[in-house]
Amino acid sequence: MNVLVFADSDNGKVAKAAYEAASYGANIATKSGGKATLVTYGQVDNLNELAQYGISDILHAESVDHVDPMQLAALVDAAAQSTGADLLIFSHDYTGKTIAPVVSARMKAGMVTGAIDYPALDGDFVVKTNVFSGKAFAHVKINTDKKVITLLPNSVSKSKSEANANVTAFAPDLGNASVSIKETKIKGGDGINLTEAELVVSAGRGLKAPENWGMIEDLAHELGAATACSRPVADVGWRPHHEHVGQTGIAIRPDLYIAVGISGAIQHLAGVNGSKVIVVINTDPEAPFFKAADYGIVGDAFDVVPKLVAAVKELKASQS
Amino acid sequence: MNILVCISKAPDTTSKITFKESNTSFNEDGVQFIVNPYDEWYALVRALELKETQGGKVTIISVGGADYEPIMRKALAIGADEAVRVDAQPLDAFQVASEIAAYAADKGFDLVMAGKETIDYNGAQVGGMVAALMHLPYVSNATKMDVAGSEATVERDKQGGTEVLSVSLPAVISAAKGMAEQRIPNMRGIMAARSKPLQVIPSSAPAQLTETVRYELPPEKGSVKLIDPENVNELVNLLHNEAKVI
Repeated sequence: MNVLVFADSDNGKVAKAAYEAASYGANIATKSGGKATLVTYGQVDNLNELAQYGISDILHAESVDHVDPMQLAALVDAAAQSTGADLLIFSHDYTGKTIAPVVSARMKAGMVTGAIDYPALDGDFVVKTNVFSGKAFAHVKINTDKKVITLLPNSVSKSKSEANANVTAFAPDLGNASVSIKETKIKGGDGINLTEAELVVSAGRGLKAPENWGMIEDLAHELGAATACSRPVADVGWRPHHEHVGQTGIAIRPDLYIAVGISGAIQHLAGVNGSKVIVVINTDPEAPFFKAADYGIVGDAFDVVPKLVAAVKELKASQS
Repeated sequence: MNILVCISKAPDTTSKITFKESNTSFNEDGVQFIVNPYDEWYALVRALELKETQGGKVTIISVGGADYEPIMRKALAIGADEAVRVDAQPLDAFQVASEIAAYAADKGFDLVMAGKETIDYNGAQVGGMVAALMHLPYVSNATKMDVAGSEATVERDKQGGTEVLSVSLPAVISAAKGMAEQRIPNMRGIMAARSKPLQVIPSSAPAQLTETVRYELPPEKGSVKLIDPENVNELVNLLHNEAKVI
């Protein structure tokens, strides 16, 4: 089947998740004897790197901006028509989540959101996806000829190919914008995007006060990890809301999730139980989080975390 | 302001999730259903606030069987003026969106609002699909929204920050955390809700595009490997050599 991958761009770059979506789309195209094309827009400085992930062609709509989801959906429509795409792949990020359902409804293409694995291609087209906020999986069959998938970040491995994609300028008519931008506010921080982070250090009420986060940031810094927090801590304003992971915050699936002073309520677990390895540090041996953990330390965060920072430093020093 | 708010039900966040009939359907036994929090706390409450300052009417719509009515009465108790239930058993998001779009097509709503996703299927599909089917502008993940005349100013999350956008009405907006504060219905609201209109309309029989063939629970975690707090180096060693994640 012919596959079209949509890659979001922001601040002159496509996100890391786009490499994963490109690999995913290219893999399906190869297995099913079709061709994989990618469409992206705006200024993209890392187009050459993106071109290495197995895609045959990249359609680049440089003059398009990201503001109106309906225009981006029209861009994908136009690219799908010009490439004869049967399957459209989006990353399950803000932009992908927004425009994929628009495209799906316009094309009457069955859609699966939050896929975590490759579709079965022999017989029915069935995709495994996260449901109930990560508490279960569903295997969803798409009944239509045209299909739409959004892929959860950190679900499949990225793979480079030997050939590079050809980049072609693309300038379809997208109609008038119905949404315009008034202001952009960029968050500070060290730039590690929480939903794409491979390593995450998270803390909760066990830290007792916002000024105690220094050691969490130190640990994150030593590991090259993103920082996160539990809901109560975001609600009282100790940490920004965009760090809140859990059922009503964001769901993440890093390789490593270190939870410090978080008891592990079911709503918190819902946001992190896709993590490959979970480490829990808590003074309370009965904390429910230990049941979901791979490694645990029953101990005082104020004692354990600084030691952990030192131990990670030592490891990194021995590797360099 | 004439506002339509899409309301879905969802299992309470503390529910234990199990399946029946060889894992082909969700086991609702003993599950407490609530108004999907994104629909209630953010979309509905913000719609009510707009009505209170600007006048107008807030209608809620749900697509489902009679078992939907308790949560619809709750939305009426919080303050919605009237309710519409499309009598159907939708099997995918496209059916839900098609029913809502079919109802709303000729009603002249200034705003159609929904939560950014439900907490059961987490599809985040209905808002965008309704916008596409109704040919309306769409802004998702809105954390703030104000309306002046025929224009809404909406703040939305984006990768690495937020944006303030201006969108012309009518439009479809999906609501995320931050847009409003939860309201607990009071006794007067609960009493009033009993006599507010709840209209049941027939399904427009939209196509089903996808079907869930089976569910699966995540594998049980093996037991946790506990490390002595005096031996933190061992944890780093295990993460490096055994789990190979650092």
